[in-house]
Amino acid sequence: MSYVPHTDSDREAMLKTIGVKSVAELFSDVPAKHRFPELDLPEPLSEPETWRELHDLAEANADASHYISFLGAGAYLHFSPPLIGQLLLRGEFLTAYTPYQPEASQGTLQVIYEYQSMICALTGMDVANASHYDGATSLAEALIMAFNHFKQKRTKVIVSPAVHPHYRAVARTYTQGMGINIVGDDHLDRSLKDLLPLLDSNTSLFVAQYPDFFGNIEDLKAIAHKVHEAGALFCVVTNPISLGMLTPPGAFGADIVIGEGQPLGIPLSYGGPYLGFFATKKEYVRKMAGRLVGETVDANGKKGYVLTLATREQHIRREKATSNICTNQGLMAACATIYLATLGKNGLRRVAEVCYQRAHYAADQIDQIKGYSVNRSQTFFHEFVVKCPRSVEEINAKLFDDYGIIGGYDLGKEYPHLKDHILICVTEMNSREDIEELVNALEEINK
Amino acid sequence: MAFVIRHSIFVIVFIMTEPLIYELSAAGRVGVLMPNPDVSATELPKGLVRETLDLPEVSQLDVMRHFTHLSNMNFSIDANFYPLGSCTMKYNPRLNEETARFAGFAFSHPLQHESTVQGNLALMYQLQEWLKEIGGFAAVTLQPAAGAHGEFTGVLMMRAYHLDRGDTARKKVLIPNSAHGTNPATTSMAGLDVVELSSDDRGNVDLEALRKACGPDVVGIMITNPNTLGLFEEHIEEVTKLVHDCGGLVYGDGANMNAMVGVARPGDLGFDVMHYNLHKTFSTPHGGGGPGSGPVGVSDKLKDFLPAPLVDIVDEGDDDEPPLYGFVTPKKSIGRMKSFNGQFGMHVRAYTYIRVHGGSGLRENSEMAVLNANYLLAKLRGAYHLAYDRVCKHEFVLEGHWSDAPEVHALDISKRLLDFGIHPPTNYFPLIVKEALMIEPTETESKEMLDRFADVMLTIAKEAHESPEVLKTAPHNTPVARMDEVRAAKELVLCCRPTPEWAE
Repeated sequence: MSYVPHTDSDREAMLKTIGVKSVAELFSDVPAKHRFPELDLPEPLSEPETWRELHDLAEANADASHYISFLGAGAYLHFSPPLIGQLLLRGEFLTAYTPYQPEASQGTLQVIYEYQSMICALTGMDVANASHYDGATSLAEALIMAFNHFKQKRTKVIVSPAVHPHYRAVARTYTQGMGINIVGDDHLDRSLKDLLPLLDSNTSLFVAQYPDFFGNIEDLKAIAHKVHEAGALFCVVTNPISLGMLTPPGAFGADIVIGEGQPLGIPLSYGGPYLGFFATKKEYVRKMAGRLVGETVDANGKKGYVLTLATREQHIRREKATSNICTNQGLMAACATIYLATLGKNGLRRVAEVCYQRAHYAADQIDQIKGYSVNRSQTFFHEFVVKCPRSVEEINAKLFDDYGIIGGYDLGKEYPHLKDHILICVTEMNSREDIEELVNALEEINK
Repeated sequence: MAFVIRHSIFVIVFIMTEPLIYELSAAGRVGVLMPNPDVSATELPKGLVRETLDLPEVSQLDVMRHFTHLSNMNFSIDANFYPLGSCTMKYNPRLNEETARFAGFAFSHPLQHESTVQGNLALMYQLQEWLKEIGGFAAVTLQPAAGAHGEFTGVLMMRAYHLDRGDTARKKVLIPNSAHGTNPATTSMAGLDVVELSSDDRGNVDLEALRKACGPDVVGIMITNPNTLGLFEEHIEEVTKLVHDCGGLVYGDGANMNAMVGVARPGDLGFDVMHYNLHKTFSTPHGGGGPGSGPVGVSDKLKDFLPAPLVDIVDEGDDDEPPLYGFVTPKKSIGRMKSFNGQFGMHVRAYTYIRVHGGSGLRENSEMAVLNANYLLAKLRGAYHLAYDRVCKHEFVLEGHWSDAPEVHALDISKRLLDFGIHPPTNYFPLIVKEALMIEPTETESKEMLDRFADVMLTIAKEAHESPEVLKTAPHNTPVARMDEVRAAKELVLCCRPTPEWAE
């Protein structure tokens, strides 16, 4: 008996009311030979013993609270003000269901409405949904939305190779049965300009990342213009922290802006749960998948919020729905909302600038070490590529074993032409001293 | 303004209204002190810096109060009985919340070298093994983010399995008319066609209809067992055999697994693939609509098609060295379903839950879930119509209408329950029951709670006949009354900020 409250006399009284002799009798419709199998699972364990076992497992990891880390590549360590975690533990948020009953869910609904509003403000778009599973699945949903916008007649999608490799992989997995052809990343060294000749009247979507996977940023206005000339939609994958200071993709003319919301106060947590945000223009709202919250009034004329446009969704449209999604990342969206409220206009700008300044400081210092080089002609946000004098695997192993530093991402793994190139990420969690320690370590490793 | 519900079986104090966070904003306020750059300044990128950022400016206490007030406008398992059918709103143990927040888990990065995250990988490996054992499957992936995501993973694997054998004519997925809407939507996403199957008069899949539909063009069947009526498919082995005989595969929607743990293993019953809902059966919190987690188990046939990567033992170890865990890619993998490693925080919670219960505790949970549902059914039978009167599993479906109270609908009963501080059952689903009220009490509710709920339901049945107006105008004490949903869809106010100039 762990969380089950039934006493023996409860069970007896309940069985009597039902009119059966035993609990087993309630399962007589289960085929006898498969009924009540002996499961090879451990015995129950008390809460304190379980706590200890889990604690030991957690301690068997190296983590960014005990080590200095310069690893980003799509998941970022930022400071999450503690009130966020404590608010998210409120049972009224944590243990509520999807707000299908608006009278009993105004809290969740208003949080999502505020979330949608803040995502619009950040990205420069006019509608955002209540979220997808993560950035990668948001991208897949963008492909599907564009495909359906063109009534499944335009089958080509152009994706920049500088879009996160996992996102490109997930987009391919999702669309394998749909007849969508993803091109552009067959040569992994292509720039956005190199991709423009691929645009044609069969293209539904052009996808760029900003800052891209390598941390680089560029003005996307001209690209957006070319994409629109071909009649296609333009999708930008972005990092929400960078939008604390960077021109929002909406201002470049993006039709869809998606990304990973994890940097907005969500723990690294070994890759999940995260938050896929998704924003678009109002004219496409009926083609967008995912939950949406809208403002309305109740029977007495009082303002309130409800889930709306459910007619797009699977529980109404069934096989005619364009996506099967039915959850959103509710609590993670709440996390991002509280984060953006706490940091606010000035705090988010500050964090973005600290990331930018410290990353540039680190790049300058590393570029000066013998054997390492940074391409300083590139404009970047808080990640940059370093060409190394030996294998990244060797450098990272030494950084970890000898200096207690979790190094950067080994780009050669996904980009063969970038063998011996490391992607370094710097956030407000890396102090000037941390950066100097890294620089010193890199120097010593190459001695 | 706060309001106390007097007739409630829970004493609830609601906050009745709360302004938008933007309405609390005053220029210059900040919620948290962030560091200075502390390094020599680099010029900001020319032409790429935004001029305005339309976020609120509030103090930390403003944030704390605002979201505390909003939380007070919600029903939740922590505060209310929540018998929402097919959602398994059981108690979410707080031990799970604590373990998921241990620094070693919460601060580990998904792209760290495998040798530095052996704790995470050992946990994921063990959870895969336990779920395999519970479902009777050959392999499990933890990658899918939710039930619907697991379904999509499963159906893509079924498709890939047939294509791999050169069997390109299979396009049809058979789906009973009692199925969740995600099943047909998933089928369409995989580029396959839905064939709906009728149900017989005992709530089972109609075997005659199934026999007719089976053929060389069938990918497989998607079936929920117990089904969405809360009934065990009485001919489940015949169903799986018919589908297998025509070369098809059997997909199990694991939404209702809370009735089945330690009771029967879907793999033993002939299922080839099934998703688990960690947020239902294994108690990870629903979070107001997510994050969920939908691991998928498969039989030997489909093992090679699982999404990449999986966790495996890459070096067995010996007496001195523990085994080394790492990621592996199945031979014919359908690809990656999600970035990184799935909803890892949910894996920690589910692991914790399974560890506390052990095999015997998990079985007891399923047994008590079924006992609770049958007990409620026995108490309500007679006062409400019952479309299929059989022993139920973890849930059952009542009809929320009476011929002698024609103006009352299931929705009115649901809204009236709110006045008593009880979250309504699932409404209008499954579609094959008129005015459906789908009730799932879960095993963590006590007999006392069920007795009180039954009393309330009987009171409401009486009111429906004697004073239907009370139901039609309910709820009376919630922060808002019934909402104008038509207006919401027509006016589409989805964002409280002004439209950016470039979008106009």
